[in-house]
Order: sequence, then structure tokens, then C-alpha cells
Amino acid sequence: MKILIKNGRVVDPASGRDEPADIAIAAGRILTIGQVSADFEAQRVIDASGCIVAPGLVDLAARLREPGHEHEGMLESELNAAAAGGVTSLVCPPDTDPTLDEPGLVEMLKFRARKLSLCRLFPLGALTRDLKGETLTEMVELTEAGCVGFSQAEVAIKDTLVLQRAMLYAATHGYTVWLRPQDGWLGRGVAASGAVATRLGLSGVPVAAETIALHVIFELMRTTGARVHLCRLSSAAGVELLRRAKHEGLPVTGDVSINSLHLTDVDIGYFNPAMRVTPPLRQGRDRDALQQALADGTLDCLVSDHTPVEQDAKMLPFGEAEPGATGLELLLSLALKWGDRQGLGLGATLARVTSDPVRVLGDAIGSLASSAGRLVEGGVADVCVFDATATWTVTPDALLSQGKHTPFGFADTGMALPGRVRTTLVAGTVAHELRA
Amino acid sequence: MLSRRNPQLNKNGELIHLLSIEGLPRPVLHQILDTASTFLSVNDREVKKVPLLRGKSVFNLFFENSTRTRTTFEIAAKRLSADVINLDIAKSSASKGESLLDTIANLSAMHADMFVVRHSESGAPYLIAQHCAPHVHVVNAGDGRHAHPTQGLLDMYTIRHFKKDFTQLSVAIVGDIVHSRVARSDIHALTTLGVPDIRAVGPKTLVPGDLREMGVRVCHNLEDGIRDADVIIMLRLQNERMSGAMLPSAGEYFKTFGLTPAKLALAKPDAIVMHPGPINRGVEIDSTVADGSHSVILPQVTFGIAVRMAVMSIIAGNEA
Repeated sequence: MKILIKNGRVVDPASGRDEPADIAIAAGRILTIGQVSADFEAQRVIDASGCIVAPGLVDLAARLREPGHEHEGMLESELNAAAAGGVTSLVCPPDTDPTLDEPGLVEMLKFRARKLSLCRLFPLGALTRDLKGETLTEMVELTEAGCVGFSQAEVAIKDTLVLQRAMLYAATHGYTVWLRPQDGWLGRGVAASGAVATRLGLSGVPVAAETIALHVIFELMRTTGARVHLCRLSSAAGVELLRRAKHEGLPVTGDVSINSLHLTDVDIGYFNPAMRVTPPLRQGRDRDALQQALADGTLDCLVSDHTPVEQDAKMLPFGEAEPGATGLELLLSLALKWGDRQGLGLGATLARVTSDPVRVLGDAIGSLASSAGRLVEGGVADVCVFDATATWTVTPDALLSQGKHTPFGFADTGMALPGRVRTTLVAGTVAHELRA
Repeated sequence: MLSRRNPQLNKNGELIHLLSIEGLPRPVLHQILDTASTFLSVNDREVKKVPLLRGKSVFNLFFENSTRTRTTFEIAAKRLSADVINLDIAKSSASKGESLLDTIANLSAMHADMFVVRHSESGAPYLIAQHCAPHVHVVNAGDGRHAHPTQGLLDMYTIRHFKKDFTQLSVAIVGDIVHSRVARSDIHALTTLGVPDIRAVGPKTLVPGDLREMGVRVCHNLEDGIRDADVIIMLRLQNERMSGAMLPSAGEYFKTFGLTPAKLALAKPDAIVMHPGPINRGVEIDSTVADGSHSVILPQVTFGIAVRMAVMSIIAGNEA
């Protein structure tokens, strides 16, 4: 289908373009950006007056809950949520049930996502079988099936020898290892250690749970040569270690979740289970350091850490409630909120959810590496049209995701968020349109 | 921001639930203590009853085992003329897989007026208070490590009874503070009532430095911790902490942090020794001290009934 996006302000972080322009799309690709010739006969014209036309968002951490947790989320509901959030590519971790440790499962997931054509799906394979931290998975086979990297999701490998070998094996084939730095023993609490956890009598996760794991990972990177992407840093001390590791020249990247970027443990209030997330919300100085590190590039990207959780699993005392929050539909708004607070331009803000995550993925996504997360002539037409000035209120009804729990819910925070997605295109097809 | 309001107070700042001492204004604490002293005499009468809760149903919901606390709540409710229903949930619904809120909904349908809740998870009574019918009152009888507010209040009653003025006192809390809901409630109450010197005493595994953020002085040595103290609150050492990675043995704990007559001599001559019970003789406290002239452990139990009567009658009289 031929589509013309007219009258919008085109913002492409990768090229630095920020100007009024039209975009002509044909056969799933961007034909022209700028002056579209009069003989382009669009079957569909999207009027983007007053809107930003940006690359579709790329989210490096979103759980879709399939297979195994369909009561909490289905591929279709969650990919619809992605499209509604302007997300056109997402990476899902392997902690499904069964875990993504078999090529057949990965192929099935990819196939089903392709059929829905709502969002591009890039699964991470399990680093070890069943995430048990004992036996390596068939990484070559899994990569051929479509995995873009290997991860332990939330399960720390306690046996350092296994971690070392997993990194060595991944490095042999040039695969990136995705690790959430958290010590398996110190990480067993339900809230971040600190005044709030002490006061509320909640078991704490000390900052050392993160920094010890980071020291181990960096040391193993030095000897194995593995490339590592660090998932969801949560502390000022962790960010500082990442900064030094990058300065040293280690092949490492890192991300932060929308929750850690905006919230602190004080938001737990009176045991609000919506605030039960992993990693746990830390203190104000940690949040400030995360915001700063995302601005200066120490942290490469912002992720939704989308984890739909069913109602029953949240209607429990804080420590028993299932960790996780819905996020795909909040990613853009919370990126804008952060960028605004940091005084960043729109391009610099959007880079952290478009071109930077694609840079992290690198060759793992093949030819898409040169056109996903950006707007280039000849590249794939993954586009997000949004109104940056519109605000919206996060309520369960406003969300398409099956997961309705979010720390940013209106009832909890009374918070209205900036930025409303109008239209999302994936490979030149309309995946979402805001109902008027 | 509706949900940020302290859920135990109504719009007029009156107590409708008792969930934690934290955040309660000093006049509310004094109101409870003053009301308790009027109830103390009821306990000495031949007919130990007042009709304040006549026709009301009080449900004791104990998701975690307890004999002493449940009994004192039962006595307090009965002396207020309420109907008392004891539910040992640990052995019934929860083990059949019923969720906490389903249990609450079912009991609310039986027209409960008050829930007295003990639960192993910190914050569980908040969840119940936020989801039960508006006319139902919730009393926290101990939640995880978080709070045991009626114990905190009866401790304050005891201290006020023996020491009169809070504003000149040195109070030492000794033992497993990190896991103790009693310690947290005591600390909040003592702080609110203006005690200038509160010490948390124990080994670093049980008294982490984080506790300073609650406004206490942390001591890792019993002698320093109780020197010149007016009040010593000894905490029970749970069996599961007596050996393992928290402490090597009960014997070594007693040697270093057990309260003996010799160590008690470091405190003020008129110091009182308290304990929330049940006591482990020879683990945290020597029998001579527990039974000695400084000990006020048994008066605490007596005051506990009057304090629980006060709490129940006050919250039952306030509308959500």
C-alpha cells in the first residue's frame, strides 16, 4: 500500500533531522522524506498536522507472557499494546513457560508474531537450559531460529564457572549476553534496602547485590571477550561502574526501565503492590543518577520492562505480590517526561528509544540494523506519529495490554502523562490508529 | 492523591483502624493511653464488663499462630461486651487455597464489625483495610516485621505508668531488631512521645546500621547500650535465628547480649526491664532478672488488655 504522511514534523534522531516534511511510503519502505513528488498516488493519506513523525520505538525488554502465562498476557493483546505505544520492534526475554531454550519455540513465536504483523519481535534465547544456570543452550541453533542474544532473564547464575563458560561460548560465535546484574543470594529481598524497607519491615535488596554482580561480569568480560548488554540497572553505584567499564573500553551497553527512571522506594507508600517491580525501586539519588546517565549516554537506552501481571497476583500483601508492571503503552510518554526534565531536545530524547536500542542490537538483527529505529529513504517504514503536546491519563481502560497494573496508574499518582500516539506503522502497514 | 492519605485516619484525623503507630499524632497516642487507664479499673471489678461494643462482632483473624496476643484481644473484646469469633486461618481457608481478600469478603458478608489481624507478611492489614467494607475496622495484631501497634502502645502505657514523663528518658531496645515488629512499633511510639534517647542494641546481623534512619542510636555492645538507661526492652530471640548465619548459638548470644544482674547494674538504679513475651530464659534474659524487682513483664500483660480495650472502643466509635 502507498501511504503519504503529510504536514508532520519529522524527527529522526539518527540523522539529526528535525523539520517539517512529508513521507511517502510504498511496499513497506520509505520512498521519500521531504518534498514528495506530485505524481505519488497515495492510497492512504495520514494528516500529521501538529504531530511528530518519528521512527517506531524499539523496546529492549517486554514480556509477552506467551507461552505459558496466557492468563496474564497473550501475544495478540501485548503486541496490540506495543503498537498502541508506538513500539514497532521489541525484544522479549526467555522466561516464558517453557523457557525459550528450544529453536522450535522461538520459530513458533516468530511465526505467530509475523502473522499478526503488529510489531517486530526479537526473542532472546535462554543462556542456559530452563534458565537453571547449569547447561548451555544450543546457541547457534537458537540464533538460526531468530534469537538476537542470550539471557538469563531474572534468574542469576549462581555458579560463576557456568557463567564464565556461557560467556566464552557466546563470545566464540559473537553473540551478545544479556544479563541483569543481581547477585543470586543478596537479591532475594522484596524492596530496595534503605530507610523505607527498614521502616516498612520489608526484606531488602542492597545495592551490593547489583555492584557485586557487575564486578563479576566485568571481570569475566576481560577474560572471555564476551559482549554484554546489562539489563535494567537500578543504582547510582551500578551506573558508576558501567561508566568506568565503558571508559576502559569493554564492549558493554546498558539500559534502565521506565520504573527505575521515574520512581523511588518512597512511592511504595502504604505497601502499594503496584510498586512491586524488579529491580526494586531505589532511592532518590539513584533515580537522579539513572536520569543523568541516560542523558549522558552511560546508559544506552530506556526500556518498558513490560510485564503484564494478572489482577489476583497483585491483590496480595506487598511481599507476596507478583513483581512487574505494564509498560509498552507508557514508554514514549515516560521518555518524553524524562527528556523534558533533563532539558533535552526531542531528537536526543527519542534516540534512547529508537536508534540507540538498534545500535545495541547491532548485527544480530541483520539488515534491519541499518534502517530500524530511524527514518531513511529506502529503509523499512516503521513509523510512530504522535502528538507531543497531548496528555493522557493512565487508567485500566486506557490500556490495551492485558496487564493493567502500573505504578503510573492515575489512582496511585494522579499523574497525567505527555505524548499520545496517533498512528503506528510497521513495515508500511497501519498497526495502530488512535480512535477519535 | 487519595491513596497517599494515612489509611488509618478519617478525614477528621480520627482513628478508624489501627495499622501502625507511625504517622499517628501524639494526641492520638495520649488519647489511647488515657482511655486505657479508665479501663484498667474495669478489670478489677467483680463484673468485668462494659457495654461499649455490645452487639458488635469482632473477628480474630490469625493467619499466623499466636496464643497470647489472640487471647488478650479476645478478653479485651469480651470485656467490651462484643461477640468474639476466633478464626485460625493458618489451619483453614488459606490452606485450602482461598485468597486473603476472598476470606475477608466472606467474613464481611457475615457482618463483621472489626477484624483483628495477624499475618506473616508486612503490610497485609493495609490491604485488608483498603478492601473491606467501609464500616469495618481493622486492628493490626502483628504483620511480618512491620508493626505490632497494640504491643507498642502497651509498652508506652507501662513506661508512662512507671516513669511518668517521656521527655527525659533513655530507652534501650535489645535483641533481634531487624526482624521485630515490636521494636518498630516501640521506636515510632517513643519518637512520637518525645523520648530523646532511643538505643537499638544487638549484633550487626540483628541490628543493621540502616536502623539509624528510624531515629535511633545503634549499639553493638550490650554494656554501652544499656548504660544509664531508664528502660530496657528485651526482645524475644526467635528459635530459627539462634543458629545459622545470623548467630552461631543461643549460648554465645546469651554470653554477649543476654541480660544478667551484673549487666543490669550498669543501667539506672530504678531502671525497668520489659519484654513482650514469651521469654526465653537463659537466652536473652537471665531468670533472676526476669523475676527480679526491676522486671515489669507481668504488669505489661495486664496493661495490654486495657490498652486493647481502649483501641477497640476508640476506633469503633469513629466513622470512616
